Amino acid sequence: MPLTATAHRDAPATGEPLVSFSHVQKSYDGQVLVVKDLSLDIARGEFLTLLGPSGSGKTTSLMMLAGFETPTNGSITLEGRDITALPPYKRGIGMVFQNYALFPHMTVADNVAYPLRARKLSEPEIARRVATALDMVKLGAFGKRMPAQLSGGQQQRVALARALVFEPKMILLDEPLGALDKQLRERMQYELKQIHERLGVTMVYVTHDQEEALTMSDRIAVFDQGRIQQLATPEELYESPANAFVAGFVGENNSLDGVVVGRSDATVTVRLADGVEVVAQSIDALAIGDEAVLCLRPERIALAPGETENKYVLEVERLVYLGEATRVVFQLGGQELIAKADPMRLPQELARGARIEIGWRADECRAFRKG
Amino acid sequence: MSMAATSHEMAAAPVPRAASLAAQVGAAERRHLWRMLALLAPSVLFTAFFFVVPLALFMFRSVDNPEVSGYLPQTAAVMQAWSGKGEPDEAAFAALAADLRAIRDTPALGLIGRRLNYALPGFRGLLTKTARRLPAADDGATKAAFLAIDEKWRDPAIWGVLHQQSGRLTSFYLLTALDLEKSPEGEIRRVAPEQRIFIDLYGRTLTVSLGVTALCLLIGYPVAAVMSRAGPRAASWMLMLVLVPFWTSLLVRSTAWVILLQNEGLVNKSLIALGLIDQPLALIFNRAGVFIAMVHVLLPYAILPIYSVMKGISGNHLRAAASLGAPPLRVFRTVYLPLTLPGLAAGGTLVFVLSVGFYVTPALVGGPGDQMIGYFIAYFTNSAVNWGLASALGALLLLVVAAIYLALGKLVGFDRLRVR
Repeated sequence: MPLTATAHRDAPATGEPLVSFSHVQKSYDGQVLVVKDLSLDIARGEFLTLLGPSGSGKTTSLMMLAGFETPTNGSITLEGRDITALPPYKRGIGMVFQNYALFPHMTVADNVAYPLRARKLSEPEIARRVATALDMVKLGAFGKRMPAQLSGGQQQRVALARALVFEPKMILLDEPLGALDKQLRERMQYELKQIHERLGVTMVYVTHDQEEALTMSDRIAVFDQGRIQQLATPEELYESPANAFVAGFVGENNSLDGVVVGRSDATVTVRLADGVEVVAQSIDALAIGDEAVLCLRPERIALAPGETENKYVLEVERLVYLGEATRVVFQLGGQELIAKADPMRLPQELARGARIEIGWRADECRAFRKG
Repeated sequence: MSMAATSHEMAAAPVPRAASLAAQVGAAERRHLWRMLALLAPSVLFTAFFFVVPLALFMFRSVDNPEVSGYLPQTAAVMQAWSGKGEPDEAAFAALAADLRAIRDTPALGLIGRRLNYALPGFRGLLTKTARRLPAADDGATKAAFLAIDEKWRDPAIWGVLHQQSGRLTSFYLLTALDLEKSPEGEIRRVAPEQRIFIDLYGRTLTVSLGVTALCLLIGYPVAAVMSRAGPRAASWMLMLVLVPFWTSLLVRSTAWVILLQNEGLVNKSLIALGLIDQPLALIFNRAGVFIAMVHVLLPYAILPIYSVMKGISGNHLRAAASLGAPPLRVFRTVYLPLTLPGLAAGGTLVFVLSVGFYVTPALVGGPGDQMIGYFIAYFTNSAVNWGLASALGALLLLVVAAIYLALGKLVGFDRLRVR
């Protein structure tokens, strides 16, 4: 049976990575490196997301893996074999594109049969596999339709079935849900994740949507300026960002600029513009006098703090009701500070202009070197 | 949620009664329609007066037959009633005599003579001679008088022509354009082999046009493909080069080909200088010259529609096909070619329709055996002043082109034939 969980899970668990990027560089114009020294191992069966703003090099990296771009330097291996110069049609990697890229002149069934016909399978075998693949994406009855007669979500599912039907070594997804509206996107995220779990096929997913990345991934590689800024599980990425960029890009974040005025083993004291001092966990090695950036999640700021290192009495500048949370905006050290709290548990006296006490623990606040 | 909100809003707004609402919408749509019609009016009027009406009038000339019934009214009346078999009686001769006496000193005699000469060579001379020698008064022996002037008046073919051409409408020109004729007995048959020219002419016109179309598509397709993938700067340069031929007149370009392709011309001299050939190639005043010059003239019409279709094809379709395991040739055959087919169909139709009507270029660079239907239409219009035959040739050409267009439309779909 094609498309069963065993097909991929039975592969020998050698511990050897499925894909390995080794010191890969890419430049289009011979001057600017779009990807700078990328080394990355992708494990068999994992759901890896390449996350980053546009121009960060994530899509170029995906295109090099698919074979549509050639690295300027370095090498890529697939199952231990060097594929750096292998043309895409020999790689056996399925790909799903943002705008679906379904062939408009073929029926849904012919679209899904395309990779099987290219592999010269027998027609009965093709028919059987196409039916199974379409059933898997719940489009069993749509084989005779043309792509233009389907909704965006249905087209994306056809594209997924087409990429899966030939049991590729892995699936690459280039912002596949970018063109869908929010509700449909969330449902597709769930379905995609389910298919991943059922088939155990390796998936590499490119997106600029950090929420999507957190929801779906086993691991996330955060790209910026042609480099991986951090490669970690969603939890680790959110709780322990490696630098200010990751902290700012993944999840909501307060970022405060200041100068280091004191330090102990694991903490530093940072003075903000108007003399306010904050004790924070030191991530980079910081010396007294260094410029630093403090990163602090809004939901980690307590509105009625108990005993803690950082406590301030601040005036409420603005309240923003979001439904599941309320944003409370303050000023600290001449910079905006946002706290997020459960609207059901807001202190009674909280109102615009009120002065209240807030605070957070030193290990909730991370200090990085500025720049 | 949203439905509730909508019905709430509708309830809040004053709802006009259904009838008046429909009337308001209707009035608004009528105003819109009139405005659109006003904008279209100049082009519609222009096309009607200077294209549709002249075209229809000229088409009518291919079946129009005013001469016999107009200049020989009495003969025409007798001939209409006559069976067409054997020798006509005295009344027919008397009618013709009366008609001839009425027109013998007017230009009408020449006109009717020319018209009857189309159907039967020698008729004009016979008619002029008879009219000149015909006695002034009728003495009851007109038939004898005619036969005294010329024994040919006994020939049933003469009277057959008069009989067949006596009607207001005639199939004569259309039959001639198909190398057919009516025998004196009224049967439709092929003309004598040495007189058959028009079927060959249509065949030649269609062959040359199809050949030119095929060459234009073959040469234009790769050009369009490269243009559609080039960067914006390169693409606009290439587009300009493609359009350069439009900057000079057709006449100048066709003449330039004569200079380039003649035996002592640049092309032959270069080839001889390069040692590729010993004797100059015959490149002009033959079929090769016609193909070279016509393909050059028509190439942009093939490239532009193909280019515009190719521009709209997303690179992701090709990437998807490659990622699914299709080698480049398979990607081309199964994805790129089908997606560019509308451009090929549109460009091909355009080039074919234009080349079917080509006249100047084959006249300048072709030999006597390479002239196309356009040349003969011009000849019958300007030199032979046989507008009936010119119209018939044109009408049949229109019919053939329409038939090909319909067949192609059935084959690849009409929406694909449009130039976008």
